[in-house]
Amino acid sequence: MATTEPVIANEKDAHDTELASRLARTWYQPRGVWGWLSNTHHTAVGKRFMVTSFIFLLLGGVLAALMRLQLIKPENSLLGPDLYNQIFTMHGSTMIFLFAVPMMFQGFGVYVVPLMCGARNIAFPRLNLFSYYLYVGGALVLWGGLLTNTGPDVGWFAYVPLSGPQYNPGHRADIWSQMITFTEVSALGVAVCLATTILRYRAPGMTLNRMPILLWEKLTISFMVIFAMPAVMVASGLLLLDRLVGTHFFNPAEGGDVLLYQHLFWFFGHPEVYIIFLPGAAIISTLVSCFSRRRIFGHTPIVVSVVATGFIGFGVWVHHMFATGLPQLSESFFTAASLMIVIPTGVQFFCWLATIWHGRVQMRLPMLWAFGFFFVFLIGGLSGVMLASVPVDTQVHDTYFIVAHFHYVLIGGALFPMFAGLYFWFPKMTGRMPDETLGKWHFWLFFIGFNLTFFTMHFLGLHGMTRRVYTYLPDMHWQGLNRLATTGVAFMTAGLLVFIANVLRSRRLGARAGDNPWGDSGLEWGTSSPPPSYNFLYPPTVNGRDALWDATPDQAVVVGLRDDIREVLVTHSLDSNPQHKDEDPGPSIWPFLASLAVSATFVGSIFTPWAVPYGAPLVIITLIGWLWPRGHSPAPLPQRTSWSH
Amino acid sequence: MESLREPIRPLTLDVSDVPSVAFGPSNTTWLANVFYMTIEGMMFALMFASYFYLRTRVQQWPPGHLAPDLRYGVANAVVFILSVIPARWVQKRAPSGDRAAIRIGLMVLAAFALLATAIRVFEFTTLNCRWSDDAYSSTLWVLIGMHAGHLATELIETLVLLAVAFTDKMEGTRLADAAINSDYWYFVVVTGLLNFIFIYGLPRVI
Repeated sequence: MATTEPVIANEKDAHDTELASRLARTWYQPRGVWGWLSNTHHTAVGKRFMVTSFIFLLLGGVLAALMRLQLIKPENSLLGPDLYNQIFTMHGSTMIFLFAVPMMFQGFGVYVVPLMCGARNIAFPRLNLFSYYLYVGGALVLWGGLLTNTGPDVGWFAYVPLSGPQYNPGHRADIWSQMITFTEVSALGVAVCLATTILRYRAPGMTLNRMPILLWEKLTISFMVIFAMPAVMVASGLLLLDRLVGTHFFNPAEGGDVLLYQHLFWFFGHPEVYIIFLPGAAIISTLVSCFSRRRIFGHTPIVVSVVATGFIGFGVWVHHMFATGLPQLSESFFTAASLMIVIPTGVQFFCWLATIWHGRVQMRLPMLWAFGFFFVFLIGGLSGVMLASVPVDTQVHDTYFIVAHFHYVLIGGALFPMFAGLYFWFPKMTGRMPDETLGKWHFWLFFIGFNLTFFTMHFLGLHGMTRRVYTYLPDMHWQGLNRLATTGVAFMTAGLLVFIANVLRSRRLGARAGDNPWGDSGLEWGTSSPPPSYNFLYPPTVNGRDALWDATPDQAVVVGLRDDIREVLVTHSLDSNPQHKDEDPGPSIWPFLASLAVSATFVGSIFTPWAVPYGAPLVIITLIGWLWPRGHSPAPLPQRTSWSH
Repeated sequence: MESLREPIRPLTLDVSDVPSVAFGPSNTTWLANVFYMTIEGMMFALMFASYFYLRTRVQQWPPGHLAPDLRYGVANAVVFILSVIPARWVQKRAPSGDRAAIRIGLMVLAAFALLATAIRVFEFTTLNCRWSDDAYSSTLWVLIGMHAGHLATELIETLVLLAVAFTDKMEGTRLADAAINSDYWYFVVVTGLLNFIFIYGLPRVI
């Protein structure tokens, strides 16, 4: 025995080396500009979503800083009313549509989910790449509008009649509408990719019962996107038709109705809050377990809460419309529903606290941000409970109290977990550790700055300062609080600069991370950092809810997938037993070309309805190019003679 | 190039014998198709909801118009119902890899789709309103226009599959695609019939 073991080990090493080189050849990621445009691997596209949306976070932040500078003193003349309107609209639209969803849902989802499933790539990688380019197209349209003095100026939800043809001539509202179409088609595409990946690409053994909370949340969010986003596309589409071809959906003089727009918008708008928050909660559940060095407390209640949030999130939209004079019965119903949604969020909160309480907490950088999240989001949640009550809501409607509330919820629920998640998966993405000292500077500067800016706004709101005013008179006595709020922006800016410096420095000079620097249980930590283009040399199998912690020393791996074509394993949605093998379509330039054709059509339709018939053939040609079946060069066509029913 | 032969390991899950093509719900494209039908179904549902919501804003429905003429609406409803036969035929024959049957099935289905599209063009001329008349007319045009978009998409998809069916690429997973195409056609039929009931039927009944 003693003499044969090294021989077997050597044989195994030689085999692994050869297999790795074959897989690297098969799963190559093309290089150069053309290759960059065609690369469909989820790690590349996921990182692009993150970097692009982070750039828009910074741009949205610049707009916010401009608004704060304008409000630093009464009767300030830095920004005029027209520019101010454009800037607050652009700020909200950028942060929601170009940053929050693309970062929290698409960015983290596309990068982490396939790795966490133990898959070699995301399902429908070309659709995923196409979705990225459409997102960029929408972003360029919106910002191109601002730079040509055609920035939308009707608020991020573009209520009619203000955004209708009568009160908003020109193309500002059209640009907003089409930006929505771009970004929602993108989010819907990614939702289809992620839901399919989670349901069908999970490693054998990762049954539904053993699925990590992060995957449950991504699955729930994907379904929320699928059901909610069509509503905003309908709303913005009808708005565009009213403006472009003279339909009357929102024109009361011709049997239309302005509240119809609000219903359609908020049927999307409130689930959107959870589409932004649940990814943050998913990151927190992952971190809390990892840095408390124990399994998450209450896995099942958390999963039930997440799914419940997905359902209840669709039953609360009318609370955005309490001030529109709805029947009292519906106000009461939606108050109750809005209060009810506190329950699942509360359950998650207490499960996190119980995990920490019973664990051995390691105060590493991601955990610091998790604690920041607890504090900030709790305050946002509490002011949310206040606002669910109709009398309070009516009193503070459209004041800075609301601005304070939703920044606590959104920055608390998305930005703090985002930084936690970026620091957490930074070693996986780059192979290097982030700098802890710089990270702590970043945290404290941002945390202090954030609270200075937004806690102050609660009082401004209670003192009667309405949102979206470009200036105010000295005798309102709002100057002191506004100055304090603007000071906070300086702290936040400094914090963000420290973060950027940390990322740029650590990705080259940071300590080597190794496969699993935090000792976490997710499958993504079971491969090298950064992962190879085929993600796993041998696709893993799973033994329990915490995949790596529950793995036996000789945990089985999947063999028998071909290494000369991009073969992936498809498993059963419930029990994750192997069902059949699929083939990853590989890199392609067609998604990029299709996105160009679709973008040209969307942009053209801002100006003329004829863009649709002219653009459609281009779209059709590029889609046929994308989907037309091709042979496998240089590998031979695989034999496909058997299938299951 | 042959795949590497695996050395002996203590525990492995060998999937070499797992089939490489699946039909029906275990196919990933089938799932994506269901998701896209859900997305587009939501858009139809919200447009129907808007239609009924706008109904509550006026006294009379249709407000100051005659309901659309039945002629082309009924013709299209009949075409939709009959078209289910070739769609189902393709779906049944696809798993057996019977290319000749699939070619015929797709050809008949494409003919139905083409016929429905042609009738739709005439249908627009007998709606008894223009989209810019009032909110009712706008809703009507958008509902029928949206459905026309789906119809055109499905026609093109069927034609492309038909073209593929005349090459040797109509094998394995493409056969599954041909079967999935029928599912999408059912979606077009169901939404078309709902459109017919709500737009042509309800104003005459209530």
